[in-house]
Amino acid sequence: MSGIDLGRFHQTFFDESAEGLDAMESALLRLTPDGADLETINGIFRAAHSIKGGAATFGFSAVAGFTHLLETLLDQLRSGKRATTPEAIDVLLRSVDVLRGLLDDARAGRADDAGAAESLSVELRRLLDGPAAVAAAPTSAPLPGPAPARIGWKIHFAPHASLFASGNDPLRILRELQRLGEYRVTCAIERLPALEDCVPETCYLAWDITLRGDCPRDAVAEVFAWVEDECALGIEPLDSAPAASPTPALAPARAAVAAARSEPARSDGASIRVATEKIDSLVNLVGELVITQAMLQQLANGLDPVQHEKLFTGLSQLERNTRSIQEAVMATRMLPVDFVFSRFPRMVRDLAGKLGKQVRMLTSGEQTEIDKGVIERIADPLTHLVRNAIDHGIELPDERLAAGKDAIGTLRLSASHQGGHIVVEVADDGRGLDRARILAKASERGLAASEAMSDAEVWQLIFAPGFSTAESVTDVSGRGVGMDVVKKNIEALNGVVEISSERGRGMRVTIRLPLTLAILDGMSVAVGEEVFILPLGAVVESLQPRPEQVKRMAQQGTVVRVRNEYLPLVDLREWFGLPGTRTAAHEAIVVIVEAESRKLALQIDDLVGQQQVVIKSLEANYRRVRGVSGATILGDGRVALIVDVSAVVRLFSQPLAA
Amino acid sequence: MSRILAVDDSNSMREMVAYTLRAAGFDVAEAPDGAQALELAKKENFQLVLCDVNMPRMDGISLVKALRQLPNYKFTPLLMLTTESAPEKKQEGRAAGATGWLVKPFNPEQLIATINKVIG
Repeated sequence: MSGIDLGRFHQTFFDESAEGLDAMESALLRLTPDGADLETINGIFRAAHSIKGGAATFGFSAVAGFTHLLETLLDQLRSGKRATTPEAIDVLLRSVDVLRGLLDDARAGRADDAGAAESLSVELRRLLDGPAAVAAAPTSAPLPGPAPARIGWKIHFAPHASLFASGNDPLRILRELQRLGEYRVTCAIERLPALEDCVPETCYLAWDITLRGDCPRDAVAEVFAWVEDECALGIEPLDSAPAASPTPALAPARAAVAAARSEPARSDGASIRVATEKIDSLVNLVGELVITQAMLQQLANGLDPVQHEKLFTGLSQLERNTRSIQEAVMATRMLPVDFVFSRFPRMVRDLAGKLGKQVRMLTSGEQTEIDKGVIERIADPLTHLVRNAIDHGIELPDERLAAGKDAIGTLRLSASHQGGHIVVEVADDGRGLDRARILAKASERGLAASEAMSDAEVWQLIFAPGFSTAESVTDVSGRGVGMDVVKKNIEALNGVVEISSERGRGMRVTIRLPLTLAILDGMSVAVGEEVFILPLGAVVESLQPRPEQVKRMAQQGTVVRVRNEYLPLVDLREWFGLPGTRTAAHEAIVVIVEAESRKLALQIDDLVGQQQVVIKSLEANYRRVRGVSGATILGDGRVALIVDVSAVVRLFSQPLAA
Repeated sequence: MSRILAVDDSNSMREMVAYTLRAAGFDVAEAPDGAQALELAKKENFQLVLCDVNMPRMDGISLVKALRQLPNYKFTPLLMLTTESAPEKKQEGRAAGATGWLVKPFNPEQLIATINKVIG
């Protein structure tokens, strides 16, 4: 047997180790010094143990060596030989970090970063040798046998009657001995009863073997390793006096106490790993399928439904099936939001510790599923929001007590489905936003700000680039890069960020995101020969204005008055420079759209309908175009641009006066 | 062809074991924990079971114990894959009814040699 390349299992090993470390980390964070839960410690031990076994097998010796130390410490915690002190938890958490680094190095084929691992190893050893350990030093290796006799061995092998019940077969053992040298065997049949008394499950035979050859005693003992406590065994050097003293059995077996441990349910059994590219290509293909199906539907619309009844039945079936397959494929990209949430307990713990604050983190809706692409891209904005909440929101314990609040601040992360959206919230019970300070800072920075602005508008100011009200720049946050980036990231996902805040009571940031990046609920509108898609979420209403509702303003171009609000009117034909004569607004249709809490009226020729469209990136296939967030292919094969409502709103509108 | 049940909660170890055994001409079924292994074992007769010790839901020792209670597995070789070279773990396994053990780390050649020793 040779030629098995262990390299093929490395990726799996790295993946499962990463998962194992995540599990260890979250379990460690659940551990409290006083209430060390055995199940939790067992889970941590198992994760470390698996990593050690894999690392040793696949030849990552630095990882294996380090994990061994870690495992020793965990074993002491598990067996109660050591108390779960905060110090131990801390060292274990740092070990997780070191292991991540070592595994990254191994994955990248880099030399190990011995520094961090070495210094933590020293710490682990110090902890292990410390007084808290009741355990004696690990038992030393078994004593080597007497100097090897090079002539051979005389072996007496008398299995217990119950040998077969362990699945061992004396014949196998004899065959193995045969390989070690020149071999003669005699069988002792004294114990064999009369045939009618024979119980076939019992072993009655014993053997005496002479083995001549140059083989060490250990090699002989090794053959009997699995049965040594289930037989009388004598191994004597040949030519020595056959003092028939069978080697005493090893230390009596400790009573086996392996009660079945119930484990928290883990849903890993029924899943397979698939490369993300494969799923992405599946999503793309389904997108094409949706387009083809829409195209067929459109072609069939020109036919007589009575004459082609069967075709129509088939087409509607195709539509249903296409929709189901689309939903099913999209579902494969969905991951529970816990994927991002799970990184926060650690971060919150470290941050709060660094800042001298006390923070309790609560999460809800961790199982809410979101598209993998969205998850990856909300991780950074969420991290920023959590940092902000701890750094700027939640006060120091004294301050909180003085304000009549619990000394421990609460940070809430939640996720939920609402309609076709997913809503993620970061809320704290800290000091909240300071309206006066934000306004002062805004005018200092030359932003349009006035006392007359509503709270919602004031809160939007903190999304301006470079805006920060932090009094001192801490090394946690407050470097002035931040909320604008958060907003940009969320909007790039077709999402919306909203803030609500109450002075002294805390603040809540709400992020509303589409379920998936690949599909958009759109309103298709016609302008001349072209069709454009408006994201349905941005559409407020559509109307045909009366002539007196439309006014030209000196500075701001045309506005349309809708229920006492004056909204800037943008003619899409003009904006996109399309051919054709301009129609008067009252003869056209106006769609009111809203983004970033601001409204705008878009003038179009006609409403075509509402449909789901598959988003194709314009950037990837052409280049970035201002005011256009992407493109899609219509049922008839034409390309329609998707209007970037946020960008248009930003260009044309002033913040609404309250 | 001998049919072997490989049980390990570590995907990489289980895949390595299964791949190696298949390459050596064995037919292999896999299970990620003791509980699922026990279910599989009840449905068919494996000629050998190779299991990890530390596993969620049902560990290797409990699995061996449970298997030995089944009439079909009274004499079947049950091997434990373990990094615990500590004698008490082995004793615990033996007391539960394990045939023997294979100490991690091992390489594919050692694995095949051990399997062949038992059912070759």
